[in-house]
Order: sequence, then C-alpha cells, then structure tokens
Amino acid sequence: MNKDKIMLAHGAGGKLSIELVREVFLPRFDNRILDALEDSAVFEADGGRLDFTTDAFVVKPLFFPGGDIGTLSVCGTVNDLCMMGAKPLYLSASFIIEEGLPIETLDRVVNSMKLAARDAGISIVAGDTKVVEKGAADNLFITTAGVGKIQDDVNLSSSSVAAGDAVIINGFIGDHEMAVLLARGEFDLQGEVKSDCAPLSGLVAAILSVSRKIKCMRDPTRGGLATVLNEIAGASRVGIIIEEDKIPVREEVRTACDLLGFDPLYLANEGKVVVFVDGDDAEKVLEVMKTHPLGKNSVIIGEVVQEPESRVLLKTSIKGHRVVGLLSGEQFPRIC
Amino acid sequence: MNRKSKVDNKEILDKLVKAIQSHTSQNYSFMEVCGTHTVAIFRSGIRSILPGNLRVISGPGCPVCVTPMAEIDEAIYLAKKDNVILATFGDLMRVPGNEGSLLQARAEGARVKIILSPMDAVLLAERERFSRVILFAVGFETTIPPIAIAIKEANRRGLKNFFVLSSMRLIPPAMEALLSDKKTSIDGFILPGHVSVIIGTKPYRFIAERFHAPGVVTGFEPIDILQGLLMLLRQKSEGRSEIEIQYRRAVTPEGNVKAMEVLREVFKVRDSRWRGLGIIQDSGLKLKDKYAPFDARKHFDIPIMPENEPPGCICGEILQGIRVPTQCALFGKRCTPENPVGPCMVSSEGSCAAYYKYGN
Repeated sequence: MNKDKIMLAHGAGGKLSIELVREVFLPRFDNRILDALEDSAVFEADGGRLDFTTDAFVVKPLFFPGGDIGTLSVCGTVNDLCMMGAKPLYLSASFIIEEGLPIETLDRVVNSMKLAARDAGISIVAGDTKVVEKGAADNLFITTAGVGKIQDDVNLSSSSVAAGDAVIINGFIGDHEMAVLLARGEFDLQGEVKSDCAPLSGLVAAILSVSRKIKCMRDPTRGGLATVLNEIAGASRVGIIIEEDKIPVREEVRTACDLLGFDPLYLANEGKVVVFVDGDDAEKVLEVMKTHPLGKNSVIIGEVVQEPESRVLLKTSIKGHRVVGLLSGEQFPRIC
Repeated sequence: MNRKSKVDNKEILDKLVKAIQSHTSQNYSFMEVCGTHTVAIFRSGIRSILPGNLRVISGPGCPVCVTPMAEIDEAIYLAKKDNVILATFGDLMRVPGNEGSLLQARAEGARVKIILSPMDAVLLAERERFSRVILFAVGFETTIPPIAIAIKEANRRGLKNFFVLSSMRLIPPAMEALLSDKKTSIDGFILPGHVSVIIGTKPYRFIAERFHAPGVVTGFEPIDILQGLLMLLRQKSEGRSEIEIQYRRAVTPEGNVKAMEVLREVFKVRDSRWRGLGIIQDSGLKLKDKYAPFDARKHFDIPIMPENEPPGCICGEILQGIRVPTQCALFGKRCTPENPVGPCMVSSEGSCAAYYKYGN
C-alpha cells in the first residue's frame, strides 16, 4: 500500500497512529519525558512534580447530545492530567476559526468551556485566536493545553501494572463516539445516546484519597477500551483478562454497533477512566467510585495476570475466550 | 428472544456444549458461508470451546473478499472521474486494487461517500443534481433486494445522474462450485441466516440431494451457532443429509417471495468471476434492459482492468476452505489489516482479519 500520504486512519488512535508517533515524532523530539508516552508529561519543578499536556479537538458536528466541542476541549485535557494523578490547575485554549462562523456559535462553545472548567475546578488562563479563510478549516478547531500538580505520594505509570491487579471502569462504554456518529446523521439511524463527556478530576481525587495502591489510570478515548488495555498490557508486560458479561454497554449502543458492524470495545469515551489497582484495594476503590455521580455504574471488569504477556483476552458470554487486539485503521460500517 | 435473555441462559449453553462433545466421535469439517457467522464465531470464542476434532472453516461468505481486484479497479477508476461521487459500503474502502484503494483515492481528492443503505445513494443523487452518483453495488442476496428497490426508486423519480456498478453475487452457485471441486472436503454447511431470509431453503437442496452433505440455516447468536453445529452433527451420526432450519424465528422454507420478485424484475443472471474461485456460471447479476440507463458499465467507458492476484496471496484457497490463514506466508507479516495484501484481510468479515484480530 502506498504510504506516502496521511490517511484518516493515522488519526484513529490505533496501530497507524502509534506508528506515526514512533516514526515521525519520537525520533526527532527525542527526550525521556516524551518517550514515556503517558497521557501527559510529568516533570520536576521547584521540588514538586508538575504534569503538562495538550490536545487538539476537531469534531463534527460541533454540538452533539451530551456536549459540544467546548466541553470536549476542556474535559479532554483535564482528563489527561487526571490520569497521571495530577490535580489540574490551569488551561490555555487556542481557537482556529473558519471565516463565516456565527458569533453565536462561538459564544455557545465558549460558554460550555466555562461550565466545564467550573466543574473541573480549573481556570483557563491563556489563549489565542486565529481566523482562516472559508474552507481552510471546518467551522472551529480548538487546542487546549493544561498543567497540573502531582501530590508527592502519587506515582502512576503505565509500566507499573502487575499480576493480581484489578481492572475497574466507571460505567458504560462507547456512548461518546456513538452519540457523535448518530448526531452526524450520515447513517440513517436514530438514537437516544448521549456523550459521556465529563471532567474526571473529582472522581479521580476520590479514588486517590482512599488508596495508595493505584498503579495506573487511563481514559479510553480514541481507540476505546481495547486500545487502552493493549497499551497497558504492552507497557507493563502483563496479560489482561476481561469478562464480556461485566463490561457495561448500553443496549442502544450495542444495537447500533451490531447494525454497523462496530465493536463497542473500540469506541471512544470522554468521561471514562480505567483504573488498575492492587487486588487488595479493589473493593475499597470500587465502593468510593460508586458513591461519585460519575461512577455510579463502576464495575470490576477483569484482572491482570502474568501470562500471556502483553496480550488482552476476553472471556466471552459463552465461556469461550478470544484475543482483543489493537484497532486496525478506522472502523468502517460493513455491507450487511 | 433478546440478547440478554439468551446469554443468561447458561443452562442451555452447557447442555449444548456437552451434546456437541458427545456427538463429535470423528473428525468433521463444517463450513460457514457468511461473513457475519465468521465474525460471530470468532467474537464469541466458540472455537475455544469446541472439541479438537470439530473444525469450523470459513467459505466464500464475505462479499468484499470475493470481489475481484478488477472490479475494485473499476470503482477506483470511476471515483477519480470528474464530477463523480462514488457511493460505497464502508468495508470496501481499504480493499487494494492494482493501484491503491478507494481510501487512497479519497485521500487524493476523489469523492467517495460511505453509505449504509443503497437508498442513501439515490437520495445523494437527488441532492447532488449536478454530480453523477455511482453506487458500487457489492453484496449477496441480503443486499440485492434493497439495491433493486433503490434502482426502481431512482427510475420512479426520473433521476438521470444515478448509476450502479454491479458487483452482486449469488451464494448457491458458489457453493455448488465448491462442492464440485474435488480439492475441498466439507462434511456439512452452516448456511447463512440473512441470505436465507430472502431465498429460503429450496436453492440449497442440491447440497443434500446431489452432494449428500447436510446443511443447517443458522442464526447469529452464539447459542444459535452451537445449536446449528449440533444439528449438523446429529444428521451425521444418523446418516442423514437434509437442509434444516435452526434460525426459525427469521427464515421460512419459501423465503421472502416479494424480495425475490423485485430482484428478478430488475436483474438477470450472468456469469461472474469470484476472487479465488474463478468464473462461476450464473452466479452474478446485471441490470435488465429496462433499467440499462442506470448501468454504470454502459454509461461510462470503463477500460478493461487486468485480472491480477497479488503474488504469494492464498486468499483463493482460504475462500475454498482448503487452507487456513495461518498457513499463508504473508499472514501477519506483509499482510495485516493496516496493510492488506489480500481481500480476506481487508474486510472485518474476512477470515484472515478475524484470525488476525481475534487470535487463533
């Protein structure tokens, strides 16, 4: 296959995205902090540890059930900071605006950012706007960057997960991507699915307050739960076994997936966290998660084992098992 | 029955698995001929709970996989033409032709639109009056009636900018070709659920009558598939060769008579090339004369595309159930879902993609 052009799949969070990072960016930027490939960059400053990250947001349509590009741009960056156990502090926001965008649209988006920032307990302290000619952007692109502070006794990493750890998720998977797909109206499907887009700072603070044995947290955004589990299995050189019957998927999402030939394990989420915690603390952490509004449907979906190394297995409803691999390219709706 | 109540029925499941084990006294190879079965079998982990001497192999049941490269090339050729929008089902996007895929054509500026239903292409043509919309019509009996209805609807609406690139195929002739080929040894068929909703069971009778192999039309839930396998095993142990229906909640012996009428009104059979299986008599469809103005091959001057197969690719033998994906030297090395060489790796319903994604 001709590989000299960027394809949409390079941005889908699966294998091609990883290749792009490894072949284009890592060799050139070449530094220890980036090489860790965590959700955000952790570094020492003035005796403490800071956490820094950035994310660009391009979503069509700008508004969808459960959120909009504004909510997303705040939550995405806040959540990446939270995943390293940081308390998010400040965000910057840059706007690339296509000429002709109604000011009222921008107003609504910025208002959503205000509300999300309030929920997350952060301030947006710097920003930039650029306007480009019609056709040079699609309505509105937003890039946010954020900084947070990590408490001294919190030390999370994708490589510290070990056999015996439990895997917990805070509720239904796939809602965000399915909500956006349906809102796009390209597929003539109707549905009541709402995006789960939400800042996870409160839930994560609650988790960290009850256990010192949290190994790692990840938000399963692009590429979904399957991608996160594969990344962790690879980084920690462990096996992960999850149980199909325990993974929460809404009936609407499952039905739409069946129709389109999609697998909910690969759908993006924007308000979910996968927690890897020492088995001894699993129940305690699950309890506190369930008391938080964003964790009511939390459940232990699986466990970490020694073998097979770097692989994710799914125990199916019929007591069979299969491998859960990395997403290959975009998910495309199938013929029948 | 909804998914949940079925899945909760652990007792039935246990009984089925035990019954399958007790009926598998010798080696059997059963073939399914439907991409949805391929995926369901892999996704539910059925292979991991079957006895070792019971093999379930995938046949030519994935419409994307059996589409010859030359037809992909025709679609790419048309997509690159001025003022054309090619409307296609999503899983055709990545299939490599001789020069790239539709996905690459789109990256280079061709207008390729993914649709879910053939009617979407008609509506697109109506919206885009100044473009020529070409439906890349790939599919089996399940997809063909909606394509026929879309063509009739385009005719009724008087659309002059809607065309169909026919790449439709019929399942029973392909099964007949497989059974006639001495290289394959198939002990019975898990027959496709969706296709059979349309065609019923009569077109499969030759399997039992001429080739003395049993067939069971089967649904797509894990319990359906296990039950279908058990029904095949029972026929084997009782020495019967019949066409039975497990998927009774959707399939009748007569099929969908109205859908078949529409199909016959719009299309006539023609010989058609299948990837890996060669030319099979009366296994394809073309538009009848009345609908010829919608035939893309008549309206556009499409050059004859070469019939190449990528060197080293054994998709042909995989589609016939002679070999399995892991026996291919390219599998997982040069041929991966990101960089597919053969069609069975491209479609999510292809055997190679399923082996690759869900492990063996």
